[in-house]
Amino acid sequence: MKPALNSVCAWVDERLGVSELAQFAKAKTVPLHRHSFWYYWGGLSLFFFLVQGVTGVLLLLYYRPGPDAFESVRQITYEIDFGWLIRSAHSWAGNLMLAAIFVHMFSVFFMKAYRKPREFGWWSGVMLLLATMLFGFSGYLLPMNTLAYFATKVGLEIPRAVPWLGPKLAELVRGGLEVNEFTVQRFFTLHVVILPALFVPLLAFHLWLVQKHGNAWPPSEAAKPSAARRTIPFFPNFLMKDLALWLIALNVLALLASTFPWDLGEAADPLKPAPAGIHPEWYYMSSFQVLKLFGQWFPGISGEAIGIVLFTLGLALWFLIPLYDPEGKSGRRARRATYFGLLALAVLAVTTAWGYMGLR
Amino acid sequence: MSETTCQADKWVEGKDLLTRKAFVRLALGGVGLCYAAALGYPVYRYLGSPAEKAAAMAAITEVTLKDAEKLPLGSVLMFKFGPHPSMLIHHQDGSWVAFDAVCTHLGCTVQYQPERNVIHCACHGGEYDARTGKNISGPPPRPLRGYAVKPVSGGIAVSRA
Repeated sequence: MKPALNSVCAWVDERLGVSELAQFAKAKTVPLHRHSFWYYWGGLSLFFFLVQGVTGVLLLLYYRPGPDAFESVRQITYEIDFGWLIRSAHSWAGNLMLAAIFVHMFSVFFMKAYRKPREFGWWSGVMLLLATMLFGFSGYLLPMNTLAYFATKVGLEIPRAVPWLGPKLAELVRGGLEVNEFTVQRFFTLHVVILPALFVPLLAFHLWLVQKHGNAWPPSEAAKPSAARRTIPFFPNFLMKDLALWLIALNVLALLASTFPWDLGEAADPLKPAPAGIHPEWYYMSSFQVLKLFGQWFPGISGEAIGIVLFTLGLALWFLIPLYDPEGKSGRRARRATYFGLLALAVLAVTTAWGYMGLR
Repeated sequence: MSETTCQADKWVEGKDLLTRKAFVRLALGGVGLCYAAALGYPVYRYLGSPAEKAAAMAAITEVTLKDAEKLPLGSVLMFKFGPHPSMLIHHQDGSWVAFDAVCTHLGCTVQYQPERNVIHCACHGGEYDARTGKNISGPPPRPLRGYAVKPVSGGIAVSRA
């Protein structure tokens, strides 16, 4: 049996060069230091993305976009065996994926892993975050319940602050003047065709860059002489730890999805008033609160416009940080970049908390 | 267990390690199987849900076809017996028959041809007797499954024979 297996392996290897990959994996190392914990969050985000792929395909088997959307999600939740679990896992894993990405992004930021030669890793990463937020926005409407209806309505009102172009764009995305079954159909197409088609190649690019450049040493470690730095082999040491964390993540997800099943809510009714205390998901809470504050400070459309401009400006600066702080050494720019990161973190945290307090 | 592994003086390090390794492998394999089952079972049930519901639907024993007694002589009414396409034929002499309308050859839906008084399958040319459901020509291996028909007030009751 064994010689036969070996000869099959050799046959495949001769044609695909699998052993080169094994050689590469053997040579690859991962830095080991007191901040190594943060290296696992990108992999964790990837794990939740894979969960989204699997549970998403399963939901596709029964979900029907268009006028039947709510009814089909009701069937998934109450009539199809274990449908509630698949749907709950999809909702929870989406939220956990976003949380993991945020941790990953801020750890990359503060460890200055965006510096040369990893600029494209940073840029593709920020774009992956934005794509994930769009996944969240588009997926949120699909059950067409009350919360989904108003969240989408409000979300599509925001571009109104941009003169002429904004409302036109919103109408195109909405497929009408009000959120309706065409909107669901469009968001469905966005969620399961367009976004995955953009996301997967971008993710492949991002992962390829991680392989090409390896994990970045944080500045405090990079300053040490190379003899004082420690690494562990990627294969099997790091990979095993990675997989162990995936297993923990799977358990956490299973626990959350089964003990806190995602609520179905009521079917959207355009003639019913918005329920009290309605609010966006946590990852949009900060921008929601900023827009609300500026709307209060500067009544009328101009307040929202100022809010949007500030948010876009902040995001642009965030995106361009590798160009501002490119050096591999510490200095004034490096310190300022760190302060900028702390400020961004503080603004997100404070406005999110503020938003939730405003609900009570 | 062999003698050598039990005797301390003949203890071989490699052998003992191998046993422990085998144990760990077995345990990990077992845990892996448990996880596969815990993930696989809900997915299997989720995928099988419609078939399960259809099977429950197919378990019915009788349907009443409302106003079917008005069906003209020499004509057919297609209906569903649970999930299965079925046919009720009102013959020229006033008698009623009902069959499962699924061809016993490869599952196409058959049709009643009143002018020839046969049940015909367009897929591969199979034919059945329109009174008994017996396979009379072509590839069908078995007769069509028949139902018991009973006129009731306001309709026709069709039940498993």
